[in-house]
Amino acid sequence: MVEFGQHIINMLILGSTYALLGIGLTLIFGIMRIVNFAHGELYAFGAYFVYLAAMMLGINFFIALLLAIVAGCLMGALIEVTLLRPMRNADIDTTMLVMIGAMIIMQNTEQFIWGGVGKSVNTPFPQAPLQVGPFFLSWLSLFVFFAALGLIGATYLLINRTKLGKAMRATFQDRDTASLMGVNVQAIYMATFAIGSALAAAAGALLGAVYVITPQMGNLAALKSFAIVILGGLGSIGGATIGGFILALAEEMGAGYVSSGYRDAMGFLIIIAVLLFRPTGLFARKERIG
Amino acid sequence: MKRLFPWAVLLVFASVPLWLNDPYLLNAFITTGVFIVAAMSLNLLLGYTGQLSLGHVAFFGIGAYTSALVSLGFDVELLFGIRVVHEPWPVWSGFIIGTLVAGLFGYLVGKLSFRVRDAYFVIVSISFAEVTRLVALNWVELTQGPLALTSIPPLTLGLPGIGYFDFYSKQSNYYLVLGVLVISYVIISRLVKSRIGRAMVALKENESLAVSVGIDVTRYLVLAAVISAGMAGAAGSLYAHYLKIIDPDVFLFLYTITMVIMVVTGGKGTLAGPIVGGLIFGFIPVIARSFAAPEVQWILYGAFMILILFVLPQGIVPAIEKWFGVSNEADEARQNTPSSAKTQDAS
Amino acid sequence: MTSSSQTSTQPVLTLEHIAVHFGGLVAISDLNFVVHEGEVVSLIGPNGAGKTTAFNVVTGFMRPTKGEVRYKGTLLNNLKPHQVAELGLVRTFQRTSVFQNVSVFDNVMIGLHRRGRSHLWDTLLALPRERQSERELRDKAREILGTVGIERRANELAGALPYGDQRLLGVAMALAAEPSMLLLDEPVSGMNPTETMRFMELLTRVRSLGVTILLVEHDMPMVMGVSDRIVVLNYGRIIAEGPPAAIQGNPEVIKAYLGQGAKRRAGH
Repeated sequence: MVEFGQHIINMLILGSTYALLGIGLTLIFGIMRIVNFAHGELYAFGAYFVYLAAMMLGINFFIALLLAIVAGCLMGALIEVTLLRPMRNADIDTTMLVMIGAMIIMQNTEQFIWGGVGKSVNTPFPQAPLQVGPFFLSWLSLFVFFAALGLIGATYLLINRTKLGKAMRATFQDRDTASLMGVNVQAIYMATFAIGSALAAAAGALLGAVYVITPQMGNLAALKSFAIVILGGLGSIGGATIGGFILALAEEMGAGYVSSGYRDAMGFLIIIAVLLFRPTGLFARKERIG
Repeated sequence: MKRLFPWAVLLVFASVPLWLNDPYLLNAFITTGVFIVAAMSLNLLLGYTGQLSLGHVAFFGIGAYTSALVSLGFDVELLFGIRVVHEPWPVWSGFIIGTLVAGLFGYLVGKLSFRVRDAYFVIVSISFAEVTRLVALNWVELTQGPLALTSIPPLTLGLPGIGYFDFYSKQSNYYLVLGVLVISYVIISRLVKSRIGRAMVALKENESLAVSVGIDVTRYLVLAAVISAGMAGAAGSLYAHYLKIIDPDVFLFLYTITMVIMVVTGGKGTLAGPIVGGLIFGFIPVIARSFAAPEVQWILYGAFMILILFVLPQGIVPAIEKWFGVSNEADEARQNTPSSAKTQDAS
Repeated sequence: MTSSSQTSTQPVLTLEHIAVHFGGLVAISDLNFVVHEGEVVSLIGPNGAGKTTAFNVVTGFMRPTKGEVRYKGTLLNNLKPHQVAELGLVRTFQRTSVFQNVSVFDNVMIGLHRRGRSHLWDTLLALPRERQSERELRDKAREILGTVGIERRANELAGALPYGDQRLLGVAMALAAEPSMLLLDEPVSGMNPTETMRFMELLTRVRSLGVTILLVEHDMPMVMGVSDRIVVLNYGRIIAEGPPAAIQGNPEVIKAYLGQGAKRRAGH
């Protein structure tokens, strides 16, 4: 029972960052129809950025986190302008391959700069774990959980309460109509990709402090983000949030009660099962188009 | 002239082991050849039916592991204490069974995953490949997991009356790979020029229109998946018996990417595309390794792929054909309609 | 010429109580009509009346919410489009009716798919049957291109053809699939008058081959010229049915069309 409780706690922490990753990707996939294989690399980028700022330049950890998010945002905007904008009229497969190219370049650049040995970030939180009844959790994990929830809430408000969010939703519904109604679709695409990338970088920045940072960390992150988006349905922030927690739950349970080697298989099994039996995602009411 | 060209190319490649003695370069030719076979199989799906399978390495790996295990033998315990013991079989049977098992997986994956299209199909295919990789990594009893399957015997061929031959030397492996490559090329070439190939192209171009003239989507997509997977499995088997060692890294996403880059660069939906692309990306590492670290090579790969997509989205082969003003299709169509040859010349 | 429904009263296509709902939207509410063997029937009505939806239901691209569609007695409700085509019921599409990046000749070769006799093994082993089947298909393709009148363009890419010729190629492909009944979705929309004339001649020729034709079309002179019978749809139901002369004077029909015209004007 204690073990089960501990899995639930781990699930909540992992799930909150997965949700961030998933929201970032679902915005990009939903609004721009881009299968963004570089998403995981922005996650790794966020993690390495915090390492650079906090460990090498000695910047305060919390400021380093904020800087990582801003850097992820800028990086996203840069990728959008240089790689995606010229490919606007290309088919979905072509832009997908371009993003795979970007993924290969980013990942190997990380490997080149930082080497293959994992890096870890020291945080200002006390090392001693916090004991609540029979459960242990670290101060850092607690911080990660609430920071991720805060970012999810902020994104939700951004999409649902601001003018930019309204334009993004309009573009998601129908790009041509939105364009006719005076929405600057070009700018919306850039904003979408920048926000999506910032969220991935945020997830990486937060989890990078918990785990070890390696150049390969982005590989599975991208694929897991796809699992989350497919679970939650296209373009749905709420769906991606729940999807993130479900994936984390499946992984924790899979690792805890099946075999730790198959932890990462859970996401893929979920993808296969959902797409084959309920292709619109678990929470989407809207039919998928195309 | 055009008809002779493939034969001339074949002759050149058949002569390679006669004048090339550098074992490193010969090795590069052999592994490149294996990947060209895999890329050709991917091209059948990607180039002709338009389905981007990013899990293609799964079939390659399944072929490699199946073939290796059939020839090495294994002893595993399944659920409920059922024990399966397999004594080593002749290596050539491993090659055939590896090909068939990969084809069978192609059938299953195709049957299930062609219910979804586009991005969703891509993601299902990757997921399948990652699951197979994790199985290879974790089913240690069968696959040795990360410790790898070692001492895989070389392919052997026993022909009654002629004798017994094993593909141990680099030279013999070169001809083995070349032979499989030629057979794969002939299979794909016959397929795509037939009614079946036209049905596949029709599905790629416009699925609704294709079904409206009576083309069965599932049937032709699954057929393409089976042949493609089987061929990738054959390539994987060659790879395993040539390297004599195989580990779960054979399922890495990067190998799928390598195949995709080869096809896209050479020209998807062309017969020569995977060969041209395969030679380029098979030999970039040979050239680049003198001055660049592996990660820099990969950065060059990625940059080159993006460059090709920006500059020559159709790939090199179609660009060359356009440059010389000959298109295979127009050429064939001219043969098909001799009566209209005059109007063609006049215009 | 008398209506062919008198010479042959055998109904081939029957739609009974067909309804199609999308979510809460009713595209077709209760559609009943029959087409007899050898007839040319036109389905007309204002935009959004449900004509294309009816086509999609008949050809297996959509499932009706209610009702039954039968062709020569076979229930079509649960068939896939390619199975409907197997029965000899072949359609064309409103806009893209050709494979743009394939040569004109190969477009027809694709259309001939059902007539190929070679199997996978024939193809892989290059057996004589493969070559013979291909030769027959090529002969047939040339013949069909001749029937439609675009044989001179056989080697061009279909996407490079002028619009009118693309529509003709679309019909050529449909004919290649050996239809006993042809469903044409707005075949002359976007054609100039000369092209329309050519198309009407083609229809007469197709009809003389014994092919039943169901037509969705907006071009009234053409509809009046070629149809034996006209079915008028509005808001997903039939408001009039009969020979062209009777439809022309029908006040309901005029109202439906005028109503739409008035709305369109108000909308701008």
